[in-house]
Amino acid sequence: MNLEETIRIEGGRVLATLIRFTGDIHLAEDALQDAVVVALATWTSDTMPENPAAWLTTTARRKALDRLRRESKRSVKEEEAIRLLDEAPLPDDGRDDRLRLVFTCSHPAIDPTSRVALSLKTVCGLNAEEIAAVFLVKTGTMRQRLTRAKKKIKEARIPYRVPEEHELPDRLPAVLATVNAVFTAGHHAAQGSYDSRVDLAEEGIRLARLLVELMPDEPECQGLLALFLATHARRKARTGPDGAMVLLADQDRSLWDHAAIAEASGIIDRALRRRRSGPFQVQAAVAVLHGLAPSYERTDWPQVVELYRALEELQPSIVVRVNRAVAEAEVAGPCTALELLEDIESDWHFLWAARAEMYRRLERPDESRRCLHRALSAEMNESDRSLLEQRLAVLLVG
Amino acid sequence: MPRYAALIYSAEGDAPPSQEEWDAVMVDYNEFGEKAGAAGVVAGGEALHETSTATTVHVEGGKGGKMIAVDGPYAETKEALGGFYLLDCADLDEALAWAAQIPGAWHGHVEVRPCIDFG
Repeated sequence: MNLEETIRIEGGRVLATLIRFTGDIHLAEDALQDAVVVALATWTSDTMPENPAAWLTTTARRKALDRLRRESKRSVKEEEAIRLLDEAPLPDDGRDDRLRLVFTCSHPAIDPTSRVALSLKTVCGLNAEEIAAVFLVKTGTMRQRLTRAKKKIKEARIPYRVPEEHELPDRLPAVLATVNAVFTAGHHAAQGSYDSRVDLAEEGIRLARLLVELMPDEPECQGLLALFLATHARRKARTGPDGAMVLLADQDRSLWDHAAIAEASGIIDRALRRRRSGPFQVQAAVAVLHGLAPSYERTDWPQVVELYRALEELQPSIVVRVNRAVAEAEVAGPCTALELLEDIESDWHFLWAARAEMYRRLERPDESRRCLHRALSAEMNESDRSLLEQRLAVLLVG
Repeated sequence: MPRYAALIYSAEGDAPPSQEEWDAVMVDYNEFGEKAGAAGVVAGGEALHETSTATTVHVEGGKGGKMIAVDGPYAETKEALGGFYLLDCADLDEALAWAAQIPGAWHGHVEVRPCIDFG
């Protein structure tokens, strides 16, 4: 691992610990930055300290103290400085500081968009510019949003702790949603909407692994990781040479990462044995079933249908309904699917694309074309648009 | 003696005030505090952090229901300010848990805002 990579990866752990010492994300970030400057000036690949994280922590604590002394105008600041000198101002409950940080960043009192941004900043070590690119906003806007969120944590005293066991059902979903948003942003980025130094899908997987490691008894964490692995395993087959999205039915399965699918399969099997199902486990089970199928036709469709029905009960949404309808079509035919899609009012392009596909199978090309035109009138990324245009072209020729 | 609550509304800039601006405002407030304190009319008071530090609590389904905490101040106009408590709590989680037990949160909303600690 090179110097900068080491600092970025270890930085997350160090920052999490520094926040526990200082109680202030902003101060902790500045102090870590100071320590990194020293590290870059003095370390080489040969002379890196044996434990870079410990070195960075010690140095950054000293830097935080310097900063507090410099800024110390009021007695409060001095109190903070004294607290910093203390070895462990917050009781160390043996939980990883990064887990504390993940829960703090996804606290319900922070708005959901800022939760994702803050996690990318503090846990993944991305800078404001990179996060701004993910959200398609200006760097200045993102910087303000991050500052505001950090200020809220500090002034409102959002606690830096892992919730108690009985609080987890309320608090864990927000954390899972944040990590899922990180992964999904990377997943969409792979379809060419922005460039980044860091692969967000990989970051999402790293975070999910962290959650599994830190909360081994929560099967939804395992579900999340398995879902990411099984989804990411198909990335190379998901876009064609022309950049257009390739649907599952048409993907070259030899391009899939079968080792990753096998890992996902093992993880989800173990999770489901706990018999505490949840939306991420169900989605992971679907992704794994697809991953293990030798071909589109030989997919275990009845099982996929069952899973989507279960998912719809847990978490009804238009996306789930459309996915379920597409699966039901493989078992009961296109008419059943059209019935399931009948009452939905939405502009979502894949809803209209699914309707178009069902009409195509029923050999009703006029209706199919009408639905594809309707699909193309929505906003979507270039890769989805290319796919729908291809479909329309085929219909026009046929 | 009848008691009154004097609620202070003031403009919030995009950027925090400079040290000079802040000091100037504090001089005026200190002056008021001394005058009103000498007259014995002030029973208590706090300065609040800006609205971006606020969290609004509502309990879905009324008493004993599920607490919904949302970032930001109470910004709607359908409910009016009806009272307040000062809560001494270790952190926001504790404050929100208490706020959710205020009957106002079952029928309406309770905005929780940290008070400024002047040290």
